[in-house]
Amino acid sequence: MTFEEFLRQSILTLITFVPFLGGGILMLLPEKNNTHKNIIRWAALLFSLIPLGLSILLWIWFVQSPEPCNSIVANPCFEVDWRWFPAINARYHLGVDGISLPLILLTAILTPLAILMSWDIDDRVKVYMGLFLTLEMGMMGVFVSLDLLLWFVFYEFGLVPMYLLINQWGSEPPPDAEERRAQGEIVRDRRYASVKFMIYTIAASVGMLLSIAFIGGVAGTFSIPDLTTLWPALEGGTGVLAEVGVPVVKTVTFILMTVAFAVKVPLWPFHTWLPDAHTEAPTAGSMILAGVLLKLGAYGFIRIILPLFPEQAHVFAPVLAVLAMLAIVLGAYASFAQTDFKRLVAYSSVNHMGFVMLAIAAAAWVGYGSAFAEGANRTSAIIAMNGAVLQMVNHGISAAAMFACVGMLYHRTHTRDLTKYGGVWAIAPAYGFVMGFTAMASLGLPGLNGFVSEFMVVRGVFPIGAGETAIFTLMVIISMLGLLFTGAYVLKALRNVLQGPVNPEAVELAHGHPLEMNIREGIAMAPLLVLMLVLGVYPFWLVEIINSTITVMWS
Amino acid sequence: MNIEILLWLIPLPPLLAFFIIMLFSRGNKVFADVVSIGAMVGTWVLSLIVLFTALGIGGSELGKHPIESSIEWLPIGEMLSTGEAAPEPAEGTEEGREIPANAVTEEGFRMGVILDPLNTVLIFFVPLTATMIFIYASGYMGTGHYWTLVLEGEDHHDADQHDEDHDVEAHHDDHGHHTVVDDAGRTIAHTDATKWKARFMGIISLFAGGMLLLTMADNLLLLFMGWEIMGLCSYLLIGFWNDRIYPNEPGRITPPFAGIKAFMTTRAADVVMLIGIAWLYSVTGTLSYREILYNEEVLHALEAMAFPANPLLAPLGLSIGGAIALLLFTGTVGKSAQFPLHTWLPDAMEGPTPVSAMIHAATMVSAGIYLLLRFFPLISLGWGHGVEGFPLQMQIIAGVGAFTALFAATIAIAQNDIKKVLAYSTISQLGFMVAAVGIGAYIAAAFHLMTHAVFKALLFMGSGSVIHAVEHGAEHAEHHGHHLPIDFDPQDMRNMGGLLTRLPITAWTFIIGGAALSGFPFITAGFWSKDEILLDAWHEAPIVFWVLAIAAFLTAFYTARQIAMTFLGEPRTVAAEEAGPTGFRMEFPLIVLAVGAVLLGYIGVHPEMPVFGPIFSPDPEGSPFKLFVGKTLLESPELLALEAPSVITSIIVALGGLAVGLLVYGLRPLQSPDSTDPLKRLLGPVHTLLANKYYMDELYDAVFVRPAQAIAVFIFLVLDRGIIDNLIHSIARFTEWVGFRNKDFDTEIINGFGDRFARSVAQTGQQLKYSQTGRIQQYLVVVATGVILLFGVFLYTIFLR
Repeated sequence: MTFEEFLRQSILTLITFVPFLGGGILMLLPEKNNTHKNIIRWAALLFSLIPLGLSILLWIWFVQSPEPCNSIVANPCFEVDWRWFPAINARYHLGVDGISLPLILLTAILTPLAILMSWDIDDRVKVYMGLFLTLEMGMMGVFVSLDLLLWFVFYEFGLVPMYLLINQWGSEPPPDAEERRAQGEIVRDRRYASVKFMIYTIAASVGMLLSIAFIGGVAGTFSIPDLTTLWPALEGGTGVLAEVGVPVVKTVTFILMTVAFAVKVPLWPFHTWLPDAHTEAPTAGSMILAGVLLKLGAYGFIRIILPLFPEQAHVFAPVLAVLAMLAIVLGAYASFAQTDFKRLVAYSSVNHMGFVMLAIAAAAWVGYGSAFAEGANRTSAIIAMNGAVLQMVNHGISAAAMFACVGMLYHRTHTRDLTKYGGVWAIAPAYGFVMGFTAMASLGLPGLNGFVSEFMVVRGVFPIGAGETAIFTLMVIISMLGLLFTGAYVLKALRNVLQGPVNPEAVELAHGHPLEMNIREGIAMAPLLVLMLVLGVYPFWLVEIINSTITVMWS
Repeated sequence: MNIEILLWLIPLPPLLAFFIIMLFSRGNKVFADVVSIGAMVGTWVLSLIVLFTALGIGGSELGKHPIESSIEWLPIGEMLSTGEAAPEPAEGTEEGREIPANAVTEEGFRMGVILDPLNTVLIFFVPLTATMIFIYASGYMGTGHYWTLVLEGEDHHDADQHDEDHDVEAHHDDHGHHTVVDDAGRTIAHTDATKWKARFMGIISLFAGGMLLLTMADNLLLLFMGWEIMGLCSYLLIGFWNDRIYPNEPGRITPPFAGIKAFMTTRAADVVMLIGIAWLYSVTGTLSYREILYNEEVLHALEAMAFPANPLLAPLGLSIGGAIALLLFTGTVGKSAQFPLHTWLPDAMEGPTPVSAMIHAATMVSAGIYLLLRFFPLISLGWGHGVEGFPLQMQIIAGVGAFTALFAATIAIAQNDIKKVLAYSTISQLGFMVAAVGIGAYIAAAFHLMTHAVFKALLFMGSGSVIHAVEHGAEHAEHHGHHLPIDFDPQDMRNMGGLLTRLPITAWTFIIGGAALSGFPFITAGFWSKDEILLDAWHEAPIVFWVLAIAAFLTAFYTARQIAMTFLGEPRTVAAEEAGPTGFRMEFPLIVLAVGAVLLGYIGVHPEMPVFGPIFSPDPEGSPFKLFVGKTLLESPELLALEAPSVITSIIVALGGLAVGLLVYGLRPLQSPDSTDPLKRLLGPVHTLLANKYYMDELYDAVFVRPAQAIAVFIFLVLDRGIIDNLIHSIARFTEWVGFRNKDFDTEIINGFGDRFARSVAQTGQQLKYSQTGRIQQYLVVVATGVILLFGVFLYTIFLR
């Protein structure tokens, strides 16, 4: 076996576990003085750059592959299928297609940038960086797993480091937080946010674990590609299946899993953990949380719900569409109501992920494999799903950049209160440019990335259901109101922070530190800005890969 | 060089200039000037090459075979030729519903550029006016200052440092550092208006790039990109002096809010337009102009599908094509500031004057009209071909345009801000063009678009030059010991007067521009183009004709009023007294555009016009402009006969309006800034209504802005925090309660049982131990009692059972 063969065979495993290994190595390093801390930081950055390098290599091999890597069912690429848990036939089964590849690359890009943005963390650097790398493993694992149980393990695994990052390194709590809490008041500090995040997600996942165990037990396999054909075709059985009937069982498992993913995305009305968690998380934590973790939910919909439950998804699609619309519109409104800069950005995620869900709902109506519609509906579903996956990547980039922008100011002034800012563009021109650029991408300005995907979603969803149901068209039209308000809250943030006379409060709070971004932050932001522009001007290279898989899925 | 590559290259230099300036200028103004003007001149040269190539090819050939080039941009789906792209709301199966298969591309979405007669017009005037504006801007942004708020906590020392960072020129030190308290109790100080000049030059470069992108686009999506880039730039530029405040006028809108207002108003229209784009794309499978607008089959299909399908509404007579046209038209209503979305444009005057020229003349508002012209085949679905009257969408467009033309003109006559008059004038003139499109006057609309762009840019820059001169005059006056009030407004025409002799070049070019705007007969471009619109209206829609004629009269009237108040009479303030010429960089563009404002009209003279017709339009088929641009359409519009009453009306309203205006304001000029406007004496409360713009801002604020803010707060506080979070908290509290009860059960019952059992055993033992007395007698008694009891039991069980 040559080195290249070895690498091809194990590249997914390496991408997943190198960060974890790196985290373990970090634990062995000493952390006694500043030199040690710097070594830890550089080592963490290095360990996060390895998966990035490997992901780029993966991308190149993927594109150059003589056989199209367009389906985990028919043509899985870089597949690994090893024995893992023979008693229940769960396997170590990895593979990629055109949907997971962009998300793997997104994760690989965001993690080093987030580590760069955490350079100033001085408290228990070693543990912090270790947790961060562990988090990367959890996320990568979700995107490469083709085994339902393995998938679930990674999916849940990511929660732990994120919980600790928010709980320990989150925003400084108000000094009287514990007192007020003792008096029964709800104090929305990092402790509240981390517990809410953890409990909410785990509570929702319980039902999913049940469903997964049940599906695996009935089907005799946890392999997602196999289940894609086995589970929807299941018609009868013994035990519970016979007692309550297959349709009921399928509907119940569908609802349990849908709720789990809906919390993660988050879909309205399961979204209230998100503003708290995002607001209290450390800057890098928010970047990853918004950039990648939310995508796990949407990825779950695309990878598991739609292929495994086409009939149930078809039935519930209008409900999902209405909830997605509510996420878009109410998310935008709630964002507009904020005076907390970070919470404003946090709510924008609800707004943007609503578009992903709207597309998924419409595609669910058409059905996996275009089971329930064909012709124009099918074409539209493909466009909508392309838009959904692209929107996941785009939101990952722009939300992470937006949180980085908030973090840069918060780090200097320790306040997120919008009324304390003003005129920052005058005293920090480079920061002003970066934040303005990012805000415009977030707002969906044509020429930058967000517009392309939002347009594809709008175009894709608009005609779906022609002649049968007007619900999707209606939802798109109402969602436009959300798009209008996206503009309103972005401009509100820009006006309060960048424009107007210089507000001396922010300057004073910075204690003599200039508000202007430094070179390290510039380096961390540059790749994101370049991606926003490139994806906005010429998205062909990415959409081509997504489309290859979507076309097969909705064939 | 290959002409197709040139088409791609035209928008590129300004876009690159934007990034170069933003990334590398580091506030260096000269660098920014050189890069931006250099890029714009480069684009202009490219555009001239393209223009002459296009003219060389000729209209009819270019109309039939436009020069095109495109690349694959989005590979979405296999885009099967399904032939059943059924649009959503249409139910039933009318004849001809199907979109022909050839309309659906099979390779996803293509982006490209195009050169046809219509955008050749834009390629002519956009780079020309943009270059002039850039040169002008480099001069305009060179001096000046405005008031900014000094917030508490920023002491004198900080203010000093702050200004040094921005490289304040020496002579401003006199003003820069002393603070004043205005009537509202705010501490204010002068700040240098040129401190962000480099950024300014960068953003206007992006602006020009956006407009050129829109110009070159061969599809609606690329057009929309350019459209929105301009929206962004107008937001940034209107709010450019974002720290500016107005002393003693706390209620006046400040630049950043004006910018937000512009962006949000146009965005409201843009999201509707985006629905139209999505709809058009889903119905036809493409957004390419050629594949939709020059494809008879697609157009017929779009016309044949009724919308809405509901038979009750069928009498509306709207086709799917018409409905889409109306959605796209909404975009124009926002961008070209038509009623009821016009309110942003007057406030857009908060931006520096070159921006006003950029937004209102050469680029952004023209984009809306260009969109209508471009989609004219869609808009005019169901018109002509022997059918009487206009389809619903054209009626609406004509109605909105004509109403706006008149409505804005009435407001313009009561404004005192020199730029606000021009702003309302722009709205009004755009109304003329929109109305022209609505009545099918394609050529006239395109012609007026071009001439208006040139003379309105001239007027805006002229007004900027005037403002500059008055500002300088104010500075001089202060140097000479005069004291002006802190709320002295150099844009207020009541503070001017007598500027004709003080800045002659500005004044005379402004008068030429004003004459063109009024439609001064025979020697100005505005006459020829407005006359064309009126002629079409005369033939097609008499109501529109009379509305527009009244609007034209008012146009001439307020132009005369503006010229009189600004240039004639005696100076009414020391600032006007001390005003002087504004320099080469600001006056040179005025001269160039003034020449254009006169000469451009002669390419569109009606061939039947006495004297001028035979000279300038030898071809009886139509003027050279018509023969060229008309070929853009599949069927070139017919030449309408020249009607004497129409032309005479056009001349009378122009000359009449000018004459009345000069009589009222020229013969007896205002004596001081505080004199009552003669029109106010005449109109009374109506004048107040006009001066307050029919209170539409207040209405919108009460109906849209405040409710939206209240709803947002409601959703966050009541829905998210109140209901959803409280529900979650309740679940948490309930779970916690259950947990504690569970703990109680554990401690009390389960643990309690074991504990109590053990405790009771111990207690029993404790108590029993007292029975262990150690006395034999007691033990014997106990044993004997036991034996007797046992014996009793024994007897009972054996014998008594």
